[in-house]
Amino acid sequence: MSNYTIKGETGDWEVVIGLEVHAQVTSNAKLFSGAATAFGAEPNTQVSLVDAAMPGMLPVPNRECIRQAVRTGMAIDAQINKWSRFDRKNYFYADLPQGYQISQLYHPLVGEGSLTIEADEKAGIPEPKRIGIERIHVEQDAGKLMHDQHPTMSYVDLNRSGVALMEIVSRPDMRSPAEAGAYVRKLRSILRYVGSCDGNMEEGSMRADVNVSVRKPGDEFGTRTETKNVNSVRFVMAVIEGEAKRQVELIERGGTVVQETRLYDPDRNETRSMRSKEDAHDYRYFPDPDLLPLELDDAFLDECRASLPELPDAKRARYLAEGISAYNAEVLTAEVEAARWFDALLEAGAKPVAAANWVTSELFGALNRLGRDISDSAGQPGAGRRTARACRRRHDFGHDRQAGVRKDARNRRRRRRDRRS
Amino acid sequence: MAIDQATVRKIASLARIAISDAEAAAMEGELNGILGWVEQLGEVDVTGVEPMTAVIPNKLRLRDDVIDADPLTGGNRRDDILANAPAPQHGFFGVPKVIE
Amino acid sequence: MTDLTNLTVAQIRDGHRAGDFSAVEVAEAFSANVAGAKALNAFIVETPEHALAAAKQADADRAAGTLKPLSGVPIGMKDLFATNGVQTTAASHMLEGFVPRYESTVSQKLWDAGAGMLGKLNLDQFAMGSSNETSYFGNVISPWRRKDGGNAALAPGGSSGGSSSAIAARLCPAATGTDTGGSIRQPAAFTGISGIKPTYGRCSRWGIVAFASSLDQAGPMARDVRDCAIMLENMAGFDPKDATSLDLPVPDWEAALSSDLKGKTVGIPKEYRLEGIDPDIDAMWEAGIAMLKDAGAEVVEISLPHTKYALPAYYIIAPAEASSNLARYDGVRYGLRDLPDGAGLQDMYAATRADGFGPEVKRRIMIGTYVLSAGFYDAYYTQAQKVRTLISRDFTAAFESCDVILAPTAPSAAFGLGEKTADPLAMYLNDVFAVPASLAGLPAMSVPAALNREGLPLGLQIIGRAFDEQGVLNAGLAIEERAGFTARVEKWW
Repeated sequence: MSNYTIKGETGDWEVVIGLEVHAQVTSNAKLFSGAATAFGAEPNTQVSLVDAAMPGMLPVPNRECIRQAVRTGMAIDAQINKWSRFDRKNYFYADLPQGYQISQLYHPLVGEGSLTIEADEKAGIPEPKRIGIERIHVEQDAGKLMHDQHPTMSYVDLNRSGVALMEIVSRPDMRSPAEAGAYVRKLRSILRYVGSCDGNMEEGSMRADVNVSVRKPGDEFGTRTETKNVNSVRFVMAVIEGEAKRQVELIERGGTVVQETRLYDPDRNETRSMRSKEDAHDYRYFPDPDLLPLELDDAFLDECRASLPELPDAKRARYLAEGISAYNAEVLTAEVEAARWFDALLEAGAKPVAAANWVTSELFGALNRLGRDISDSAGQPGAGRRTARACRRRHDFGHDRQAGVRKDARNRRRRRRDRRS
Repeated sequence: MAIDQATVRKIASLARIAISDAEAAAMEGELNGILGWVEQLGEVDVTGVEPMTAVIPNKLRLRDDVIDADPLTGGNRRDDILANAPAPQHGFFGVPKVIE
Repeated sequence: MTDLTNLTVAQIRDGHRAGDFSAVEVAEAFSANVAGAKALNAFIVETPEHALAAAKQADADRAAGTLKPLSGVPIGMKDLFATNGVQTTAASHMLEGFVPRYESTVSQKLWDAGAGMLGKLNLDQFAMGSSNETSYFGNVISPWRRKDGGNAALAPGGSSGGSSSAIAARLCPAATGTDTGGSIRQPAAFTGISGIKPTYGRCSRWGIVAFASSLDQAGPMARDVRDCAIMLENMAGFDPKDATSLDLPVPDWEAALSSDLKGKTVGIPKEYRLEGIDPDIDAMWEAGIAMLKDAGAEVVEISLPHTKYALPAYYIIAPAEASSNLARYDGVRYGLRDLPDGAGLQDMYAATRADGFGPEVKRRIMIGTYVLSAGFYDAYYTQAQKVRTLISRDFTAAFESCDVILAPTAPSAAFGLGEKTADPLAMYLNDVFAVPASLAGLPAMSVPAALNREGLPLGLQIIGRAFDEQGVLNAGLAIEERAGFTARVEKWW
């Protein structure tokens, strides 16, 4: 049980968190068209007639996207539904060419599963905790709007329109920002092991809708708000902290929490109500008549299962069994590249305990000093032989570095824009 | 169940069709006529009947993960995509400024 | 020399092959008829240059010995099929001026088979209508007139009314149609021509402006059954771009045509005998039964118990799908944009869609939006899809005791323009016999069988088992051979 509470004037409040993580499925082509998915292309170049919803265009699903979602489901021990369907979610927006998003409401591809977050005393997680995952469904991403390039117009780029996403919906099982952060990190780690998503939050390959409500311990769930498109672990945690406080203050002042969609502003570290989405709640879901039910056979599922790698929990257990410390095992398994590198080292005959100590302290330290990634040094086991201190932040998702990257990307975009105009 | 003009306006708003008061009034009668007629479906006993999913027995085919395998469903045709756009802007579709 | 525009598709094909005339002569003759028939308003766009280019190719191919199945045959293309470089409107203001940079699968197949395009045919707006009166470009007028001496303009049927009118008036020997709830069969019946809606999935829907995806199906319209078979062979076929396309070989329907129905059983659905139906329709149906018996078939009464619920189920399912399919017409990427001064995005949508859609299209979008909206989905949409299952089961059960079903195509002959526009429900009831086969995805065709007392054509409908277009065509041929329907319109336009 988490000991995280909000201290209000009327006593302690518990925060209840559920996350809907949108993870871009790793695939060459889009979910329903043959256009490419690569990040960073010129606007509207990776757009097919299908993605632009030209009259008479029809969707045909990409097998690889289905396969990756199934493998992801298997990696969280979820029920795989051999019969599922695509539904249309109808709403109007400039980034949604069809006027509907093809998604799965009534019969998702993946059902109930779970993952376990590790104990982290310092973060207030005294013991490992199982977080329920209600479902994973496959859906289309929308395009992108740019608001700052013209005085009276927004610009629409459909390059992302139709890219496959997995929406991974957790149970409202988390009770602190730290638990939510650990959940996102663990999920990201699993996705990267499986290879179904690159987990690259700054490019938008992974983003979370954060559902937050507060209650007095033992009470029923309170009304929740949903903060959309939060794109880093640090921001997820900040949203929860800020939103829980806002709700407690609101309730204690005699107000009521309104079920609504909110947007996070990282610069001001606060959320605000998204009025533009207020009237869009009646999505009129119905089965997409352009697509038949998706039926998977045993051979398909067998291949998905057989192609799964050793996952982080199993790998950590193996390392522990070989005498590696719990801390090192955690550090070594958190990122798939590090784990692969370390496994290669073991295969080459290294002694597990000594090798683990060397990698986590000397190698990671050196890489950190050089500002390099383990993937850059793979195959060059001598790369970090010089002295270095252990890098304790390697496994901690590197938020600060990411924030910097994001800022750089923003600046680059701005420069490009300036050149154009 | 009969719908009133407020409902007509709500549906029109969901469907993003601007309607005048006169149109809403006219549509109220027409829609009630049609809805009243289709409601006879309620008298059919559908116990144990599954909703239709595929009218002709057929399986959903999945395609291979290949970029631009067929130019008709592939990318790299921005000129074609923008050819009929009411307000093309430097390779983008222009729309009235959206405030989020 | 014979008037080339009196020839059927088969006669043009065979005569061209034999060197009796050139394809250019044929194309020019039909193009002249098209140009001289503005009063019928059957075409939205005329493309004589397209027909001529295909004809020149056909003549070259004949010289080179590389003739294709439709070489030398010019046809009309319903303006619901996207045609590369040629305006495609679905008869709407919304798509006025829209010029696709792609070609629908079905039209591409026809061009690949050597056919040429005389123009884009008028239709009910977004294929929603039974009289062609919902077209933004004005209604098509049927070439037929009542023999009462008056000259009341009659409906050519809908939604493929440009197709039916053009064929009946000898503006083209054949045309494409699409059928969602009778849009090929009813106009064929109204104008004394033939038309077949194949099994759902036979013809690719890729590139056809969508109305109701689970029902839309393309098919040919022509003067006789053989021509329908020839055209369908060149329209059907598996298309990987349409997930509902049937991955089946296209049979050689023309070669297998046979009007000998010995050993076949024809079912007569008792629920199609409506109280108070036009006695001329009843008499035609009786005559049709006699013709099929004469062709060797056994005739049995069958029951399709949920028939009366087909039309209401259709008017939930089709508008629901349409409300979603037509959401893409928003003024952002193509088509009409109506941007009032100072309007935001959502205002632009509402203004564009108010201006771009006609009243019937709006009505159906509104119905569809309502039946899918929160709290009503199960009561309307899910219930309708369950009833659809029952209707489909009715047919499956009936086909245990018969091979094809015979019924009237429509409950009346062509009505006058404006006679039914005031009451949407009265218009909808026109498709009462056509809609059940659509809901079940079955092949069905209309063949002209008689004239009513006013001298207007009436059509008989044959419904077959899924995939059995051959059985439908053969029964149609048996009627065609016996009905002796040779009536044709006097040119008045």
